Parts: sequence; structure tokens; C-alpha cells
Amino acid sequence: MSLQPFGLLESAVVRLLRDDVDTDQIIPARFLTTTTRTGLGKCLFSDWRYDAQGVPRAEFALNAADPSLTRVLVAGRNFGCGSSREHAPWALLDWGFRAVIATSFADIFGNNALKNGLLTVALSDESHAELLRALDRCATSARGDTKALVRVNIAEATITVGEEFSARFEIDPFAKHCLLDGVDELGYLLAQSDAIAAFEAEMTPLVPTNGALATARPR
Amino acid sequence: MRTLFEKVWDAHLVSDPMAAAAQADGSGQLATLELMASAPATLYVDLHLVHEVTSPQAFSELAERGLPVRRPDRTLATMDHSTPTTVAPGGGLPVIADDAAAQLRRLEENCARFGVPLIGWGDDRRGIVHVIGPELGLTQPGMTVVCGDSHTSTHGAFGALAFGIGTSEVSHVLASQCLLQRRPRTMEVRVDGTLAAGVTAKDVVLAIIAQIGIAGGAEHVIEYTGSTVRALSMEGRMTICNMSIEAGARAGMMAPDDTTFEYLAGRPFAPAGRAWDRALTRWRALRGDASALHDRSVTLDAAAIAPMITYGTNPGMSIPVDGRVPSPAGHRERAALERALAYMDLTPGEPLLGKRVDVVFIGSCTNSRLGDLREAASVFRGRHVAPNVRVLVVPGSQAVKRAAEAEGLDAVFRAAGAEWRESGCSMCLGMNDDKVGAGQYAVSTSNRNFEGRQGKGARTLLASPLTAAASAVRGAVADPRSVS
Repeated sequence: MSLQPFGLLESAVVRLLRDDVDTDQIIPARFLTTTTRTGLGKCLFSDWRYDAQGVPRAEFALNAADPSLTRVLVAGRNFGCGSSREHAPWALLDWGFRAVIATSFADIFGNNALKNGLLTVALSDESHAELLRALDRCATSARGDTKALVRVNIAEATITVGEEFSARFEIDPFAKHCLLDGVDELGYLLAQSDAIAAFEAEMTPLVPTNGALATARPR
Repeated sequence: MRTLFEKVWDAHLVSDPMAAAAQADGSGQLATLELMASAPATLYVDLHLVHEVTSPQAFSELAERGLPVRRPDRTLATMDHSTPTTVAPGGGLPVIADDAAAQLRRLEENCARFGVPLIGWGDDRRGIVHVIGPELGLTQPGMTVVCGDSHTSTHGAFGALAFGIGTSEVSHVLASQCLLQRRPRTMEVRVDGTLAAGVTAKDVVLAIIAQIGIAGGAEHVIEYTGSTVRALSMEGRMTICNMSIEAGARAGMMAPDDTTFEYLAGRPFAPAGRAWDRALTRWRALRGDASALHDRSVTLDAAAIAPMITYGTNPGMSIPVDGRVPSPAGHRERAALERALAYMDLTPGEPLLGKRVDVVFIGSCTNSRLGDLREAASVFRGRHVAPNVRVLVVPGSQAVKRAAEAEGLDAVFRAAGAEWRESGCSMCLGMNDDKVGAGQYAVSTSNRNFEGRQGKGARTLLASPLTAAASAVRGAVADPRSVS
């Protein structure tokens, strides 16, 4: 899959101000029997989003948001913990998100997100709280107000809300390069084929030769 | 002076741009070097385990690019997540949901097309990927092991660097046998002392997670040390390493020792003869240097650990089984705790002992090995499951199943009124028909008590096999120390 490069994002936000949102909530396991990366947006946060009859819950903020205007999710701490399922960022992207702002991210989710062009922005507790206050000041209504826009600039690693809020965020320099220029990590790895072959030729003694799995007795 | 993690990491670096740039510093090409230095390290993968759920899109990626699998001989696929735990008459695959069946077929097709060895449905070596890797002797000290599954940390019990990856990374490893990685920090979790009767590895790891928090290990690889860890069987060690991810850690590791080598000797893919002797020499040297420093260090006193059980909706929310549900008032995670107790329908201050239970699940990559089943059977022997409880015992692999049957454990479970099933991930994540109903309470030996994890609306209480079995017999949460 090739990444679509993007550098600047201006969007309304959806707030999901809970800590430790695990990937089972982002997309429950029963939706993982797919063999493609697409179409998972309708399953995003399924158990929080719909009631037992499958009717969208009005109180769940995502249901009030306009996917065509909303590219940014604001969450709490340790977003994306638990299962390594890449279906989590796929579902977020398929719904329409391009960035998640939180105070921290679980390691595997963060990796998976960036590899799919979903930006993860980790703000300090103070910046995070200030961002929310700034969005509150800009909003004139509770839902989808277009004045409460957050602007994310990847090249400068800044996030702003009009004149109300501005902060810098840390971004892995290689991930930034990949996001901005659409660099494909697999291509980058394959370009190292010679080095990989050289490594394989003189595997350090610490690495066992584990026998050829491919010659495992056929069934 | 290097830690265990650093030794395994260093031995698998194909390239490390940051280190290279640091060495070349001052050569006058700083601009280029800075750019180069922004790239992560390229880490070689010794063993890549593949399963049906997180691999189809990765194989599609290779197909679209016309790429082969670089090292099929270092890749092994199996089916475990969505497979049923029953068999059709004649031993075949029972009728399952169309999408799950299609996903299993896709794995078979992909393995055939790319030449990847597959331990499929009819193979008597089939089982949960993290059970069969060690069981077959594929997982060995000093290796790098990855799989598109967060519980890959299990294999760290052998002194391997083992961690879960996403599907994009699965495609990277299939095509290049390598991963781009930032070097994690290291954290020592030291547990010393003797465990009291009724306290197991599961209780130790739940206590560790309660202490450091579910993000406490983030960006770190944990190395477990101390006399308690040394005294554990490989199965107990795997239980602890398995749940490293529940503390947010990248991986968990334990230095190999005689317990490790005794476990590995004679396994189908372990080295044999002179190769075994050479391997043993290498493996014996595989430990952190005495003066190597970890970035962080925490200690626990084994004697102070009680049988643990979770009450909330993440694995950090646990208490001693005879404790009381904490109050959110004044708690530093008040909002999360209030939400969790509402979901679990529990009241602050309420004891869990005696809480009515609907389902007991004994299984999962955390607690489905022979030793776990023996512990559960020790409670069930001569007793019967309470009439209000459904008990599912799901062995971690077909080999575990056969071994358990050979010593009559299946008869013990059946006589007690428990269901004895085929191997698989089963009710840990409810991808097959094994689910906990909405609003039901399940005492489960699995690893995650997230909302809906075992079925929509299911309420999970994580515990050890001893506590789970005791609760099954009592029909309510029970202290294993009172049943033995």
C-alpha cells in the first residue's frame, strides 16, 4: 500500500476523552475476519457507538460528527493499548480520520498508525487540556462547529487552533519523512537487500540455525 | 556492559543508521549523515509466526508488488484465532461463519502460493501460535521472534526478543525478513522470594501489572529477574512474559537457564547432537552482564503476592481475590474506574469472593499449557462444577490435548461437568462460537478483561487456573486457598 503524503490538516475534531482506549474498543474482534484493509469505518467503536439494536447512540460524540469535515480524533492517555490488530488504524482511516491527538499512545498502535499515514500527536497533559479549552472557546455550538478547527502542520510539527492555541509536538523524524514524502518503508527495506544478504551470510553465532522449517514434514 | 535485551538486539542489527552516523561524526558529511541517522535500525528476524487473522492483507501486499517471501524456512503459519474448538464428525472442520471460513482458506492459498509451511486444521501439531512455537522447539534463546499478535511476548521466556507487530510489518518481514525498529529502553522487574501455596505465575504477573500500570512498560522491554522467576517452570515463565504487553511493554524477556534447556532438549526443531552442544555453549553465555544497567527497575516481594483477580476493564485493575473493589472517590483514575465499575456492575467496597459466576474459561496463550491444566484438574478432581456455571477447558494445542488425555485430565474435567475442547484461542477473544453472553460474569485464565473482549457485553474477571477452577466448583468467585 502506498501512502498518500500529507503535510497540512485543518479539521473539526471528535472528542473521546477516555484513557486507555484499547483496540478491542476501536474495532471488536468479531470484525477481524476480513481479508482487506477497507470498509471497516462502519465498525469503528462499534460497541460504544451502537446500542444492542444497532441504533447509533446519540450521546456518543462520533455519531454527531460529520465524517466529511472531521479528520481529527482527540483522545486521552495510552490510546490504542492491547491487541496489535492493524484493523484499528484501518477503521479510523476508513471512517475519515487522518490524525489522533492524545497524551500518549500504545507502542504497537503508534507504529501501525504511522505506517498507514494516520498521524499520532502526543501532547503533554497541560497542552492537551489547553487545546480542549481553546476548542471550547472557539465552538459556538456543541457539535461540528466549523469555527473550532484544529490545524496540524507536520513539517513544522505544530498544532494550532486559530489564535487561541499553539503547540509543538514530537514526531519521529523518519515517520515525518515518510508522511510528508509518501516514502514507502517496505521499499526502503528492500533497498537494503545486499546488507540483509550479507547479514544472513555471516549470522552471528548467537543466532541459531533453527533447521529448515520449509522441509517440515508435509501433511 | 550490556543487558540481555541489548545482546540479542545488537546481534540482529543489519544496519543501525544512528550508530553509523555517530561513528562517522566529524567526517565532514554531517548533512547527509543527519538525514541517514533519522532512519530506524534494521533488525533481522529469526522466526516469523503467521496466523489467519493478521496476515491476509500482508500477503496481498506481496502479491501486488510481485514479491516472494524471502525466507519461508524462517516462517511458520498456523490457524488458531477463529478456528472452532469442536470437530465435525470424522474430525473435519465444522461449519463456521462464511467470512471466517474464507479467511482460513485464504491462509491455505497464501501459504501454498508463497511456499510458507502451514500447520493447518488437520495437522496434529496445530494449536495457539504462542503455544506451538515453544512446544515444537522453534522458539530458542537469543532469537528474534515476531508475529502479528501482541502476545508474541510469550516467547521471551526463552531469552528470545519476541514482540507483536502489525500487518504492515508482517508484510515487511515476509518480504525482507527484517523490521525497521527504534531501540526500546529496558526495565528490570525483579521478583524475589517464595510464592505461597495457591499463588501462581498468573498472580505474579497480575500483581506486576497492578503495580506498574497498563502503560507502565511503554517503550520498554522488560527483563524479569529474581529468585521467584528462576524457580518457575517454563510454562509459568511463559505466562508472565505473555502478559508483558498488558503492562504496555514492547516485550518481556528472561535469561535462559537449565530449566530452559531441559524444556528444549529433544523438541522437534531444537538442535540435536553436536549442534545442541554448540547451542548450549552459546545459550549459557546469554545473560545480562552483572553491572549492566536498566533504564528503570522495580521489585516485588513474592511472599506478599496473593491470588489475584481483576474487577475492572483492563488488566491493571486487579486485587487480591479476598480483597474489596476499590472506590473511585479520590482515586487517581476516578473517571476510568467509575466507567469500569458501571460496565462490570460492581459496587465500591464490594468483596468479589462469593460473587456469582456464569462462565469459567480455562485456556488461552496465557494459561493453556499442560501445567495449567494440571493445576485446574487438581481442583476439579473429585468435585463437580456448580450447576449455574458453564466451564470450558480449551487446551493450548493438540499436543497439550493429547498429553492431558494421556494422563486422564480430560476425564477429570468431564467428570466434573466441564467441556473439554479442541485447541485454539477460543473464548479469550470470542472470534469463534465460544463467547460469554452479555452481562454474564466469566472467570477467565486469559489475558484481557477489556469491555466486550469475550463477547459483546461480557464481564471478565481474569485469574489463575487455580482460582478459575475453584470458582467453577463454588459457582462464585472463590479463593483457591480455601478449596485445595
